[in-house]
Amino acid sequence: MQLTVNGTTREVDVDPDTPLLWVIREELGLTGTKYGCGIAACGACTVLVDGYATRSCVTPASSAEGTEIRTIETVEDTDVGRRVVEAWVENQVPQCGYCQSGQVLAATALLSETPNPTDEDVEAAMSNLCRCGTYNKIRDAVRSASEA
Amino acid sequence: MTLMQRLTRMPAKVSRRGFLAGSGALVLSTTIPVRAPKAQEAAAGPDVPAFLELHTDGTARLLSPFIEGGQGVFTTFAQIIGEELDLAPENFTVTSAPPGPPYGVMGGFRITGGSASTRTAYGLMRQLGASARAMLLQAAAAEWDVDASELTTEPGVVVHAASNRRAPYGDLADAAMALPVPAEVALKDEADFRWIKTAVPRLDVYEKSTGKAQYAIDVTVEDMLLAAVLHAPRLGLTPASVANLAEVEGMRGVHSVHLLNGAVGVVAEKFWQARNAVAALQVEWTEGEAEWPMPADFSSDSFRATLSEASGDAVEIEATGDAATALSEADNVIEAQYDAPFVVHGQLEPPSATARFNEDGTLDLWLPNQAPEQFQGAAASAAGIEPAQVRIHSQMLGGFFGRHFLYRTANPFPQAIAMAQATGRPVKLIWSREEDFLRDAPRPLGLARFRGAVGADGPVALEATVVGEGPTQRWYGAPPGPDVSAHEGISGKSYAIANSYVGQVPVANPAVIGYWRSVGHSMHDFMYECFLDELAAAGGLDPYQMRLNLLSGNDRLHTLLTRTGELSGGWQSGPYEVDGTTRARGVAMASPFGSEAAAIAEVSLDRGEVRVHNVWTVLDPGQIVNPGIIEAQVQSAVALGVSQTLVEELVYENGEPTARNFDGYPILRPDQMPAVHVDIIESGAEMGGVGEPGLPAVGPAIVNAVYALTGQRIRSLPLSKHSFG
Ligand code: FES
Ligand code: FES
Repeated sequence: MQLTVNGTTREVDVDPDTPLLWVIREELGLTGTKYGCGIAACGACTVLVDGYATRSCVTPASSAEGTEIRTIETVEDTDVGRRVVEAWVENQVPQCGYCQSGQVLAATALLSETPNPTDEDVEAAMSNLCRCGTYNKIRDAVRSASEA
Repeated sequence: MTLMQRLTRMPAKVSRRGFLAGSGALVLSTTIPVRAPKAQEAAAGPDVPAFLELHTDGTARLLSPFIEGGQGVFTTFAQIIGEELDLAPENFTVTSAPPGPPYGVMGGFRITGGSASTRTAYGLMRQLGASARAMLLQAAAAEWDVDASELTTEPGVVVHAASNRRAPYGDLADAAMALPVPAEVALKDEADFRWIKTAVPRLDVYEKSTGKAQYAIDVTVEDMLLAAVLHAPRLGLTPASVANLAEVEGMRGVHSVHLLNGAVGVVAEKFWQARNAVAALQVEWTEGEAEWPMPADFSSDSFRATLSEASGDAVEIEATGDAATALSEADNVIEAQYDAPFVVHGQLEPPSATARFNEDGTLDLWLPNQAPEQFQGAAASAAGIEPAQVRIHSQMLGGFFGRHFLYRTANPFPQAIAMAQATGRPVKLIWSREEDFLRDAPRPLGLARFRGAVGADGPVALEATVVGEGPTQRWYGAPPGPDVSAHEGISGKSYAIANSYVGQVPVANPAVIGYWRSVGHSMHDFMYECFLDELAAAGGLDPYQMRLNLLSGNDRLHTLLTRTGELSGGWQSGPYEVDGTTRARGVAMASPFGSEAAAIAEVSLDRGEVRVHNVWTVLDPGQIVNPGIIEAQVQSAVALGVSQTLVEELVYENGEPTARNFDGYPILRPDQMPAVHVDIIESGAEMGGVGEPGLPAVGPAIVNAVYALTGQRIRSLPLSKHSFG
């Protein structure tokens, strides 16, 4: 099947129900997208599918055919993504960092759609888990990226 | 199983002799051979080349004896060395040091744990930086033919003011590193610190915000195969046969199927293929040979009952005055029993290991770990080779909290080694989250009994008996008493209660138990501080004021608690109304890992569930290096403290954990995170830890607030299993 990831269309030879996560990590070698739970519970595997934050561990690769997939590796290619990364650095958000690819992409999806989100918007969009408890800094960073 | 039987099952590579009482999880000792330094080495300074490389481009590389897993130790070390070396921290690259004697900086061994890295290595790191700077000065002095005493530095540059000459460190690096390490160097005056005590930005934040940071799970080596395993549902069972072996071997991408001790592994071209294949396995399990087999009838409920009923003799841990007599003479004796559940580490990166055997018989291992020499020894045993033939590549940890110590059945590397040997190819094994839950070494379920009496001025007697086993007894053979992991947080309190007694009734835990962030403190401070509130209530005393009175002779803790009250806007218990909610506050303190902490929590009820709105917490680690990193660590520790208090509990039934993933075992969600207000006191006391100490006071502050709000006394965690009106 053909998948368009980070602007490049590539042919991948996998079973159609292979989760997009493992196609991205193993076939395309993009390891910034993380495996945390495999059951859509944590959000470490978040990628953007046509701009929407999507948990790739439960997304069959075949269902992403014909979409535009964006991973953390190219997050800085858009203005919003760049602003989000800057806000993450400015607010010193990450601890272990393992959840942060997903957090940054969730924030990027939110702010692309809703440049000035309400607290409720932020709470609804930023639902990824962080075992290191960086939630307050994530909220601050989303705030500063939205005001920028 | 008796205590002696358990003691004789100590890890072969660990010596009991090195165990020191009273120092918590940190003080473990291994038999990694540490050669006595030769006389001339003893006189020399630290082994600079083992730790530090200066490059001709003016940058430096530090080989850190401690592993980075989010606690910021790489940045902290760059900051400390940079201070003395006079090189800006951002010019450092920091990587994990390989196994080896120079890195045994804890007196011949090292682990990343016990909130010990910075306080252990602070002096050494300063000496390293100062020594390297002295070597640069020597090199410049030789080059310019002047006396080194005429030279000074600015960040990254040696300066000879008299002749207006300047040389960047990079130009002197080769010459400097070839010089002998000076035996003695002067350290900077604290007043001249440029970076220490400031919030230097972390070195890894950009990489971690853009997916560039690499973890063990991301390791790729040439020609490797990927593996997944299916563990026996109950520890102690082992595979007898696979009914559909041929079918699984024929699945797409599958290379081979392996019957392992307690598990079946599948090696494939890709991880997803291996994972799919283990999901299809039809395994017949039989009783095998496990060191700690789980009894088939084991449940967390029945184990709690066992602890509750245990009546053996207590080992005395500490005593002041005569608690027994004071209690027998008191009119009104309060009794209570507290317990806390098994909890998993839940570090977000699932465990993995990549093993590669080389033609020369050596083994390379890429894996998460908190103790490289111990893993090296264990890997050598597993592979049947010598430790010197094993290269350990310690990776950045995607969270740890105690998950990556050597706990035999909880680490994937022996299976990766076995499958690499069997296939003759490098193998990367990833444990799915489900397998991680199955074989994690959880924080032990704990229980303690209290009796106390209170007078008009406060508690007059307090007797506490902890029942159970700590991880330091399990893994390092520490006997009850010296194993502080079994009672810290009930022992080691600072309140001036005239008659107090702490004892432990040792009861072996059938489950494989481990260290969890703040170890024994993670539950014992909850038990003690909540019982203290019971005494306050029985005496009609305010819990905050009563604590202040109990600390009247202790300036450090009196100041700490007062500051916490001020941070919260002035102590009040409540209940009171805010934004249409009824709220109340609780207070608690803890003395973990050489630091002192106090917390005040504010709660309300939201549709019958406890909601934590605010946590005000003050940490006094004595002395600080990076206030930004400390604040972040306290935020993180508070989050884990709130999480375990509200929702976490690993339940066992029939010898198996019932939850296998975050669906059956919730952890704190973003919408459950309170606002956290952190203050740091630098009292000047000996430097304490910062990674764990923010956790222990949080739980009891919340539970005490729940009492203030509802009048319900919760003595068993988590709160989610109780109903609130
Ligand atoms: S790995 Fe996909 S949600 Fe956790
Ligand atoms: S930073 Fe460690 S899980 Fe979020």
